[in-house]
Amino acid sequence: MDILTSLIIIPILTVIALLLVKDLKQVRLISAIGMFIELIQSIRLVFMYMAERASGNNAEMVFQKSYQWFESINIQYNVGVDGIAVVMILLTGIIIFTGVFASWKVTYLSKEFFISLIILSTGVFGFFISLDLFTLFLFYEVAVLPMYLLIGIWGTGKKEYSAMKLTLMLMGGSAFLLVGLLGIYMNSAPEGAPLTYNILEIAKHSMPIEAQRFFFPLTFVGFGVLGALFPFHTWSPDGHASAPTAVSMLHAGVLMKLGGYGALRVAMYLMPEAANEMGWIFIILTGISVIYGALGAIVQTDLKYINAYSSVSHCGLVLFAVLMINKTSFNGAILQMLSHGLMTAMFFALIGMIYGRAGTRDIRKLGGLMKVMPFLAVMYVIAGLASLGLPGLSGFVAEMTIFVGAFQHADIFHRIATIVAVSSIVVTAVYILRVVGKILFGPIINEDHAKLTDAVWHEKLPLIVLLIAIVGMGVAPLWLSNLILDSLQPIVDKLVIAAN
Amino acid sequence: MDISNFIIMKHELLLTIATLILLIAEIAIDNKKKIIPFAVGLFGLHTIYGFFGNVSGEIFGGMYQNSVLIILMKNILNIGVFIILLQASTWLLKEENKARISEFFILLFSTLIGMNFMISSGDFLMFYLGLELATIPMAALVAYNTDDAKSSESALKLIMSAAFSSAVMLFGVSLMYGQFGSLYFADLLAVDMSAPVTILAFIMFISGLAFKISLVPFHFWTADVYEGAPTNVTSYLSVISKGAAVFIFSILLFTVFKSLVSVWSDILYILAVLTMTIGNLFAIRQSNIKRFLAFSSVAQAGFILLGLLGTNELGMATVIYFVLIYVFTNLAAFGVVAAVENATNKVEISDYDGLYHTNPNMSLLMMMALFSLAGIPPLAGFFGKFFLFTAAAQNGYFWLILIAVINVTISLYYYLMVVKAMFINKNDNPIERIENNLYTKASFIICLVGIFVLGFYSSIFEYINSVSIGL
Repeated sequence: MDILTSLIIIPILTVIALLLVKDLKQVRLISAIGMFIELIQSIRLVFMYMAERASGNNAEMVFQKSYQWFESINIQYNVGVDGIAVVMILLTGIIIFTGVFASWKVTYLSKEFFISLIILSTGVFGFFISLDLFTLFLFYEVAVLPMYLLIGIWGTGKKEYSAMKLTLMLMGGSAFLLVGLLGIYMNSAPEGAPLTYNILEIAKHSMPIEAQRFFFPLTFVGFGVLGALFPFHTWSPDGHASAPTAVSMLHAGVLMKLGGYGALRVAMYLMPEAANEMGWIFIILTGISVIYGALGAIVQTDLKYINAYSSVSHCGLVLFAVLMINKTSFNGAILQMLSHGLMTAMFFALIGMIYGRAGTRDIRKLGGLMKVMPFLAVMYVIAGLASLGLPGLSGFVAEMTIFVGAFQHADIFHRIATIVAVSSIVVTAVYILRVVGKILFGPIINEDHAKLTDAVWHEKLPLIVLLIAIVGMGVAPLWLSNLILDSLQPIVDKLVIAAN
Repeated sequence: MDISNFIIMKHELLLTIATLILLIAEIAIDNKKKIIPFAVGLFGLHTIYGFFGNVSGEIFGGMYQNSVLIILMKNILNIGVFIILLQASTWLLKEENKARISEFFILLFSTLIGMNFMISSGDFLMFYLGLELATIPMAALVAYNTDDAKSSESALKLIMSAAFSSAVMLFGVSLMYGQFGSLYFADLLAVDMSAPVTILAFIMFISGLAFKISLVPFHFWTADVYEGAPTNVTSYLSVISKGAAVFIFSILLFTVFKSLVSVWSDILYILAVLTMTIGNLFAIRQSNIKRFLAFSSVAQAGFILLGLLGTNELGMATVIYFVLIYVFTNLAAFGVVAAVENATNKVEISDYDGLYHTNPNMSLLMMMALFSLAGIPPLAGFFGKFFLFTAAAQNGYFWLILIAVINVTISLYYYLMVVKAMFINKNDNPIERIENNLYTKASFIICLVGIFVLGFYSSIFEYINSVSIGL
C-alpha cells in the first residue's frame, strides 16, 4: 500500500479494532498504538519526501496515486503531497498522538470517545492528501461532524449550545464551500473538454473571470469559517471552551488549519484573478479577526476562552498572510499554521491538566501554581512565550516571516493593514503575561490548591513531544522553510501572473 | 401478439399471482402466524426474480411499456417493500392484528401492483388506473388499526385528498385529450405543446402528482396521515409511494413533456424552494417523531427536484440514485421508530432521551440514518445529495443550490436534535431494552449495509447512469 493511503487506513483500522474491545485499558492501548504508528508514518513521510526531492523529482505533487471512482462525473480517488501537505500531515500526526494521551482520563463512554476522535483525525489526514475536490470536501465534512458528539457528550459548561452552534456554523460554511466547489467543477475545463475535480488539472486552465467573481467569495468564506474569519468566528470561543481537552487541541491545532490550507490551495490557487481583485475585502476582515481576537482575549477570565480568542487572532493572521500574495507571506502562513497548531495544542493540554486538578479555569481563582506544579507551570510559560513571538521559539519565526512578506507591498492599503496586524503582537504580550503572572506567580489564592500534584507520565509525554516540536521549529526554521518554499512556487506563480 | 408477450409484464403478473396465492393461503393455513414467513418468503423470491429474465418492450398498442430503466425502478421499489415486510412482523404479531395478517400483505401487494403499472404506463388511462389501484388499498392500509380513531381519520384524510388530487389531474388530462385527441404518450411526443391551454393542462396534471410526492403547497395531508397511520404503513407511504410517484414524475417530465422544459423548469424551481424551506421549518417545530419524519420527507422531496432540474440523463440518474439511497435511509429511521413504538407505544422525540444507554445498536442505526438524511459523508446520503446538486449545477442553478445547501444546514439542526436526545440528554426513565425479532434485525442490517455501501460502491451509480442514458 502506498504511504499516503496508509495514513487514512491506519486510523480506520484503529477504529475497527476499538469497536471490538470493551475494556478501558485496551481502548487506551489500541488508540495509543494506532496513533503512534500514524505518527511514525507521518515522520517517515517527511523523510521520504525529502529523499524524493533530493533525487530530482520536481513534480508539483509526489507519491501521486489515482483511481477512477465515479466515472460519469469524473470523480477520482486522487492523492499526492507537496511540501505544504507534508508538514501539515506531520503536525496532525503529532497532535493526534498527543491528544490521545491528553484524553487518558476520559472514562465515561471512553470507547465512543476515542472512536469519534480518531474518525475526526481520519478526516483531517484525508483532507491534506486529497488532490480531488470531491474527496477533499468529503474528508472535510468527516472531520467536522464528530465534533458535535465530542463536545455534546464529553464537553463541559454549556456544551449542548456550543456543540450545536459550532456544528451548524461549520456546516453552514461547508454549504458555501459546496456551491463554490461545484462552481469550480462546472468551469474546470475549456468548452468541450471533460470536467474535472482534479486540482492540478483545474490549475492548468483559467476559469472565466465572471465565474471566479461569483465562486471565489463563496469558497473563501467556506474555508474562512473554519479558519475563524471575522464575522464567522463566533463558534470558536464557545466551541473550544466547551470541548474536552483533546478535542480543543485537535480542533484549534489542526482543524482550523484546514481553513487556511483550503483557502490557499483551492480558493486562491484555482481562482487567482478574483483573489487579486477581491482580496482587499478579506484583508480587512482578517485584520479585524487579528485585532479583535487579541483584544477579546484580554477581557476574558476563563483560561480556555482566552486561548480560544487568541486562536481567532492567530488563525486570522494565517488568512491575512494567505491574502498577501507573495512567497514570503505564504511561507509565513504555513509556518504560522504549524506554530499555532503546536503551541495552542500545548496550551489546551495544559489547561485541561490544570482544570482536572484545580476544578476551575477562572484566572481569578487560580494563583501561585508555579510552587504547586512546577512542571506544568514551566511548560505554560514556554507555550506563552512561543505565543507572543519570543525569538528561539516557533511563534517568532512564523510571525516575523508573515510581516516581512506583508510589508513587501508598497501601497498605503497594505501598509496600514500590516501595521494594524503587527500591533496585535503587543496585545498578545499583554494577555499572555497577564495570565502567566496571575495564575503561576503570585500567592496561592485557594488553600486547597496547595495540595495539588504535578504532572504524571501520561501528561508529561505529550507536553514534551510538543515542546520538542516548538523549540525545534524555533531553532531550525530553515529546514522547514526549505520543505515549504519550493512547493509554494506554482501557487505564487499563478497568483502573480494573474495580478499583472 | 401472442401469449409469450405477457412476459413483458413479469413484475405485475408475478405479484398478482403472489396475491392470489396469499388469498388461498389465508383459507388453508390455520395458524395465522405462519402467514408472515410464507408471505415474506414469497415476496423475497419475487424480489430476487425481479432482477433476472426481464424483457423490454411494449404491449397493448403501447399502453404498457417496459425498459431497463423502468425495470430498475420496479426493483428498487421491491427492495424497499421487502424491507418494510420484514419490519412489519413485530407489529403484525400483536394480539389485535393477528387475525388479519394476510389482509396486510394482500392490500400491500395490490398497491405495489398499481405502482408498477403506473410506472410502466404508456398512456394516461393506464397511468390513472395504476394510480388509483395504488391509492385505494393504501387508504385501507392506513385504516388498519380499526380500534384507533386516529388511524381511521388518517385514512379518510388520505382518501379525500387523493380523490381531490385525482380530480385535478384528470381535468388536466381531459384538457390534453381535448386538444390532441389521444392519450398515448407516443402521440403526445409529436405535438406542439406551446398553446396556453396545454400549459394549463400540464400544470393541473403535475399539481395532481405533486400531491403524491407531497410537494409544498400540496403537502398538507402528509403530516396528519403519517402520524395517524400505523408506523409500518407510514414508512410505506413515505418511501415506496413517494418513490413511485417521483419515478413516473421524472419519466413524464423527461419524455412526454420534454418540449415544455422551459415551463416546468420554472415551476420546479419555485416548488423546490418552497418544499425544502417549508418542510424544514415545520420539521423543526415537531415533537412527535412521526410528524418530524413526515416533514423531513417533505423537505427531502424538495432536494429531489434539484436533480430533475438537471434536465438530462445525469439528472435522471441522480434522482433514481437518490431515491434508492432514500429507501434504505428512511426505512432505517422508520424501522427504529416502529420498533420503539411497537414495544412501548412511545412516539415523542423526548421519549428517546437516553436511548443510547439502553439500546445502543438501534440508536447508532438511527444516528446513521439521520446523518445520511442530512447528507453527511461518508454515508450514502452525502453522495445522493451531492450528485443531485451536480445535476442542477449543470444548468447553472447556483442560487438554487445555495438555498438548498442552506436548507441542508437547517435540516442538520433538527436531525441533531434527535441525535442529542438519544446520546446526550439525561433521562431517569429511558426506554427499556428492546429485543427485536429476527426479521427486524435482518431489516436493520440490510439498511445499514445500504447506508454505507451505496455511496462508496461507485458501480451502482454508474449502472444507474448507463441505464438512464437509454431513456
